[in-house]
Order: sequence, then structure tokens, then C-alpha cells
Amino acid sequence: MLKQTPLNAVHRAAGARMVDFGGWDMPVHYGSQIDEHHAVRRDAGMFDVSHMRAVDLSGAGAREFLRYALANNVDKLKDSGRALYSCLLRPDGGVLDDLIVYFLREDFFRIVVNAGTTDKDVAWFRRLLGERAPRLTLSPRDDLAMIAVQGPHARAKVWAALPGSDAATAEMKPFFGREVDTGAGPAFVARTGYTGEDGFEVMVPAARAEATWNALVAAGVRPCGLGARDTLRLEAGMNLYGQDMDESTSPLAAGLAWTVDLASPRDFVGKAALVAHPPARRLTGLLLQDAGGVLRAHQKVGTAHGDGEVTSGTFSPTLGKSIALASLPTEVAAGDVVHVAVRDKRLAARVVKPPFVRNGKVLVS
Amino acid sequence: MNVPAHLKYADSHEWMRAEADGTVTVGITDHAQAALGDLVFIELPAVGRALKAGEACAVVESVKAASDVYAPIAGEVVAVNADVTGTPESVNQDAYAAWLFRVKPADPGALATMLDAAAYTKLISEA
Repeated sequence: MLKQTPLNAVHRAAGARMVDFGGWDMPVHYGSQIDEHHAVRRDAGMFDVSHMRAVDLSGAGAREFLRYALANNVDKLKDSGRALYSCLLRPDGGVLDDLIVYFLREDFFRIVVNAGTTDKDVAWFRRLLGERAPRLTLSPRDDLAMIAVQGPHARAKVWAALPGSDAATAEMKPFFGREVDTGAGPAFVARTGYTGEDGFEVMVPAARAEATWNALVAAGVRPCGLGARDTLRLEAGMNLYGQDMDESTSPLAAGLAWTVDLASPRDFVGKAALVAHPPARRLTGLLLQDAGGVLRAHQKVGTAHGDGEVTSGTFSPTLGKSIALASLPTEVAAGDVVHVAVRDKRLAARVVKPPFVRNGKVLVS
Repeated sequence: MNVPAHLKYADSHEWMRAEADGTVTVGITDHAQAALGDLVFIELPAVGRALKAGEACAVVESVKAASDVYAPIAGEVVAVNADVTGTPESVNQDAYAAWLFRVKPADPGALATMLDAAAYTKLISEA
């Protein structure tokens, strides 16, 4: 039996094509994945991401615990509401998950983790808490629904749909979140996302998910499925956990060195392993030059410095070309031409530095 | 789901139409295009290629996946629809207008053995 979000019936009524996404019954598109993709780049679209889980950490010493538990440094979070992207690492440096942590108060942080990894993340956090901070409380928020509203007009449409959110979030900078009183009840509104566009991620109690979704539709936000979410995140050069990285991958090999703080004296889970084992590969972008197919995960990549592999590939609706993230030997540089095995052909692709697209603008050529 | 009554079907989701000159036109069904989603790449067989029944002979790729198209009957490829390689989305718009290739059947009786619309409708409703 697949798990359902509070919006399942809404998706079915809207004619969504539903798929099994890591055990969840989720919409892949509502008609055209490409049209939904363009709606986010040009106007505003929304995704039901209620399968992802907010996990609240509360109690005195929460920051000190996260300083050790996360690869990125929560000391960067000085202002209330500030968010930080981080990997959660195993002691051997492998990536357990990637997440966003919001600093709300010294004794209250909200962590948003991936759907398929929620159970192992919570178990890992609890084990670590038992060892280091048994008085902190960890609360998975199964009672919340999450809607990501993304696109150049996304914020204005959220303000139209959720009374009171305008005044509370108009001045809020990117990568901040806060609790908002919408009149219908509280919502947590964060200026974050997974598309490379401006927008909000909105969390509301599950009971208000449907009303919130319908208000957003009425405000002109287009429902989008996980298909468009994948092409948007790939254009934005963002990793997908389980595909571009997993427990066997170092974040340094997954293009996430910028999120790992090795400079400060702070110790954290996985640090010693990362320092001891510099990666032989790194994640980079590919832009397909030849006609003849679409780049896909697991295709072999031949380079002058040895073989690599595509980790995520797709057709980019914004570029009208196939793009990919690929794990390649570290000697391969941007501008190099490599060859990807696509069925019985070897197709030329150029190595580029992601992202491919941000804020509606193409950044590679 | 659109399953025109005058066509024949393969359980691998190709449609076939008998032409007046004895050739058979092949495309993918509306059900197949809907399952694949937005198509972005199509590769067709070379004209003159001899196809065995059930042989993978064309590729359709959507944003999310690549899928083989199979020769539903044996025969020689006598024509391909070059227009669809430039506009793969035309298959999403009308899967029965956007044909892929045409074969001269090795066995003129082969088409009669394929699924009719009722049998294909039953097949996809059970899937």
C-alpha cells in the first residue's frame, strides 16, 4: 500500500498521472511535464512535497548538537529564521541525507529531510542524541503538509492566496523562513526551494492542505508534478539524494564541498574521514553536443582521464538540449569534450560547471 | 483512452494500419504516448532494413525515459516519417496521425493475426 499525502485526492481529481515515488503515491504530471516546467520558469507553479518531512529539534543546546551532527556549520545561522543547506554524514563520510535546517530560536531548529530517508535520518538523529544530548526533543511533524510554490511570480501569488502572509514575508530574504498567521491559521513560510527560481515553501497543518492548495490554484499557481521538479532541479544544478549521491558518496565528490566546513576547528560526524580520503571523482555538468538521444543516469562517460558515469540526465526544456550531472575523474575540466555511451552510440558532450539555468536565465552555452 | 476501431494493435503498444498498396503503417498508441509523457527524441529505422517480428527497431524518448518501439510484424522498411524526428511532441498531440515507419510485410496475412481495437482496449484496461 503506497503512502498518500493529504493532497492525494486533489491530485487525482485534477487528472494527475500518479506514480510510486519511493513508496509514496505522487503526481508525476497533470498533462504535460514540459508545460509545467515552463510555468515555473516563467510564472508560478507548485509541487506537493508533503512526503518530505519537517523534523523539529527543541531544547537547550540544540545548536551545539547540530554543530556536531551536520557537515555544514550552523554557526552561520545568526539571525532568526535563517536557513542552511547541509549534508548529514556517516562517520565514514558517506552522505546519509541532504537537508535544510532553519534556525528559529536558540532552543528550536526545524530540519527538513527527504521523504525516502526520513526513517533512517530520525533513527540516526535519535542515536546521536542519546549519545550526546539526551535532553533534546526530536519531533517528526507528520501533521504538516508542505507545498513548494516556485517561479518569478510565486511570492506574489502566495500573498494573494494566504491573507496576512504579505506583511509577514514581503521583506523576508532568500533562505529565511518564519511562522505566519494567515487568518485561517498558522503557516510556516520559507523562501527556499528546489527549482532555481524564487518562491516559497509553505507548511500548513494537514487539515488545511487542500484549502491552501485550492487558494493557490485560484491565485493562478499551476499544479506541477515531480517530473517537472526533477528537470527544474537538474537545470538548477541541484543534487537528488539517492541518485547523485548516497551513503557510498563523499559530499566532496558530489559537488557539495561548498557545504562542508573543513576550515574551522569544529569537529563533526564524518570530518576525519573526509580529511583522510580526498575524492578521485567530482560531480560536474554535461551538455550534450551530438544528436542521437538523451543523457540518462548510469550511462558510461569516456574521458581522457578515465571513465565516469552520468548520475542524473534529462532533456532540459529551457535549453532544448539534453543535460546531465556526471561523476567524472577530478582531472576533467570545464570545456573538455567527453563521450557518453547512449545505447549503441558514443555521443559528444561538453563539460560545464552547473547550474545550467537560474532565475529563468540560461547560464551555459 | 483513444483506440480507433479501424486499426490493428500489438501488445507492445504499436498501432498498424493497412494501406491500399499492401504496406502497413506503424506508430505508437495513444496509451503508449500517455505513459511515456512528453516525447523529446525519436530515432527511426533505416529505409530498406529488414525487420523481424518483435525486433526493437525504433526508439522514443520522453523527458523521463527511453523506450524501444518493436516491429509488430516482419517486413522491409519502405518509408519513415522524418517529420516526427524534428517534432517528437507531434506523437503526444496525435499518436495516430504521427506515424513512425511503414513496412512491406513479409507475410501479407500477418496483420490479420494482430489485436483488434476491442482486444487492445481490454489489454490496456487490465494493465
